[in-house]
Amino acid sequence: MGKTLAEKVWEDHVVRRTAGEPDLLYIDLHLIHEVTSPQAFDGLRLTNRKVRRPDLTLATEDHNVPTLDIDKPIADPVSRLQVDTLRKNCQEFGVRIHSLGDVEQGIVHVVGPQLGLTQPGMTIVCGDSHTSTHGAFGALAFGIGTSEVEHVLATQTLPLAKPKTMAINVEGTLKPGVTSKDIILAIIAKISTGGGQGYVLEYRGSAIRALSMEARMTICNMSIEAGARAGLIAPDATTFEYIKGRPHAPQGADWDAAINYWQTLKSDDDAVFDKEINLNADELSPFVTWGTNPGQGIPLNEVVPSPESFQDIEERTAAERALVYMDLAAGTPMKNIKIDTVFLGSCTNGRIEDLRAAAAIIKGKKVASNTRMMVVPGSARVRLQAESEGLDKVFLDAGAEWRSAGCSMCLGMNPDQLKPGERSASTSNRNFEGRQGKGGRTHLVSPLVAAATAIRGTLSSPADL
Amino acid sequence: MEKFTSHSGTGIPLRRSNVDTDQIIPAVYLKRVTRSGFEDGLFAAWRNDPDFVLNQPQYKSATVLVAGVDFGTGSSREHAVWALQNYGFKVVISSRFADIFRGNSLKGGLLTVILPQSEIEKLWVAIENNPAMTIAVDLESKTVAYENERISFDLDDYTRWRLMEGLDDIGLTMRNLGDVEKFEEKRANFKPKTLPVLS
Repeated sequence: MGKTLAEKVWEDHVVRRTAGEPDLLYIDLHLIHEVTSPQAFDGLRLTNRKVRRPDLTLATEDHNVPTLDIDKPIADPVSRLQVDTLRKNCQEFGVRIHSLGDVEQGIVHVVGPQLGLTQPGMTIVCGDSHTSTHGAFGALAFGIGTSEVEHVLATQTLPLAKPKTMAINVEGTLKPGVTSKDIILAIIAKISTGGGQGYVLEYRGSAIRALSMEARMTICNMSIEAGARAGLIAPDATTFEYIKGRPHAPQGADWDAAINYWQTLKSDDDAVFDKEINLNADELSPFVTWGTNPGQGIPLNEVVPSPESFQDIEERTAAERALVYMDLAAGTPMKNIKIDTVFLGSCTNGRIEDLRAAAAIIKGKKVASNTRMMVVPGSARVRLQAESEGLDKVFLDAGAEWRSAGCSMCLGMNPDQLKPGERSASTSNRNFEGRQGKGGRTHLVSPLVAAATAIRGTLSSPADL
Repeated sequence: MEKFTSHSGTGIPLRRSNVDTDQIIPAVYLKRVTRSGFEDGLFAAWRNDPDFVLNQPQYKSATVLVAGVDFGTGSSREHAVWALQNYGFKVVISSRFADIFRGNSLKGGLLTVILPQSEIEKLWVAIENNPAMTIAVDLESKTVAYENERISFDLDDYTRWRLMEGLDDIGLTMRNLGDVEKFEEKRANFKPKTLPVLS
């Protein structure tokens, strides 16, 4: 029997296998940031341990950092201490860090791929659940907790139980105005937030193969929202083209050796997945969430669902609670929902292609008078690239705010937060209660829907303009 | 890590599904650089509601949290485990846990027990009828016992052994560093390194 892609990458990284124990897996790249690493470095100091492979480790500052006045010290003393702690730890343990103000600073999942450090067939971990993003390159990439961060720092390995595999086949062609964000929101609505639990997802099919790397990253990024620790896509010419020439891409003979290996990284024809799910891309339309978990989503042209429409008692209770929190009445057309803040950014949709797509919609138009739009590039490089293309002008002329790079309003650890009762259309990944600020209400959308919504002030698709 | 063999305490019924880690501890509480002091952030938003179960006096000293399906979804923050432990919880029972949260809990010595949803419902009712009722969770026999009930749960032998011995994973891996070195010798040359910095 053949192997799935996930199984191949797994098997290539087993350092030690003993009956009755989890496999010990080698980690090719460890990304760290300020929030989930300080206690791990403390652990190393307490036990007199070193970072085993600083040359396979990279730190960025992203969760806490302000997106305004980045040349000044961070105003919040607690945030500042956390960022300073990361800087000190990196210096003490010899870890490369890209700090605020550095041209390579940005959200850790945007920085890794753009430096060419994310490559097919690697194992990549980070103390952040959206590490699944890197799976877009055919890497096995997943989020870990702080105890595991310490484990990887000390040993460059992790003991892990082998996950099951699930194929998600997306065949067909997306209609104009429909994006990879709509694909993943539709998948999560279909299998629920627990559906991928215990699995590595492999996204396959003609609709996936047709996507750019940026669009593939958006899909893999939200695997965790379906409960799966990792999601991946077989590398192909699109992947190789994206990597080629980036700072850490293999060179010369190494490039040829890498390509030879990367081309073997696909599920064998006779591989058997533990589960398969099918989705028809032809039938998809722009998707949006109405509730307080990412599985509570529907097509934008539908109405807020009634809790009674859910057969499952847990789902019905959750829907009732969500409608109260979101202050929505069943039966309301989604497109009638007024939006206070549009957030364009995050590790899900803060890449150059996302900004270009939104700018193309916004160009020459104005953000609605009662709506605020915040554009936060995923990295300093993305910001510079956008500025070189004049996208900053497009957003500023429309009345949107143009910010510096970071996680920003995706989770509101910095000052970029919703006020209680405020409602956002957000290109990020989580619509949990209070995620974007205490009492804030979040609708997850694609960059195209975000742009159209900013112009109309109500949830909209570009077709509504 | 402290050894975990068994725990007896009172329970608290959290009748909610999909309790994500942003609810367990909101992001604004994650800025500390220590492992302690996170109890103030535990369920911070929900605790503003005086009727929320954690605010009800009969559950004040509970150490066993019994929650709805899909507990611990979302962010990988281990602070969620620390917040539960700092507050005083020793055991969380649910019919399904998110993978990362479950891994974090079992590494940190917070026992997460999976029981069928039907058993969760019975346990909720029993706790609500008698908040002072003792729930005994035993790792040796892998059982949860209360009143006349005794329910078995599953936990792989390796994790159970590690919890009962109070062993930390890093120490265990350190014993096998020779295997890691051997693996590194045959790693492909084309794999990227973060150092030296290339541009």
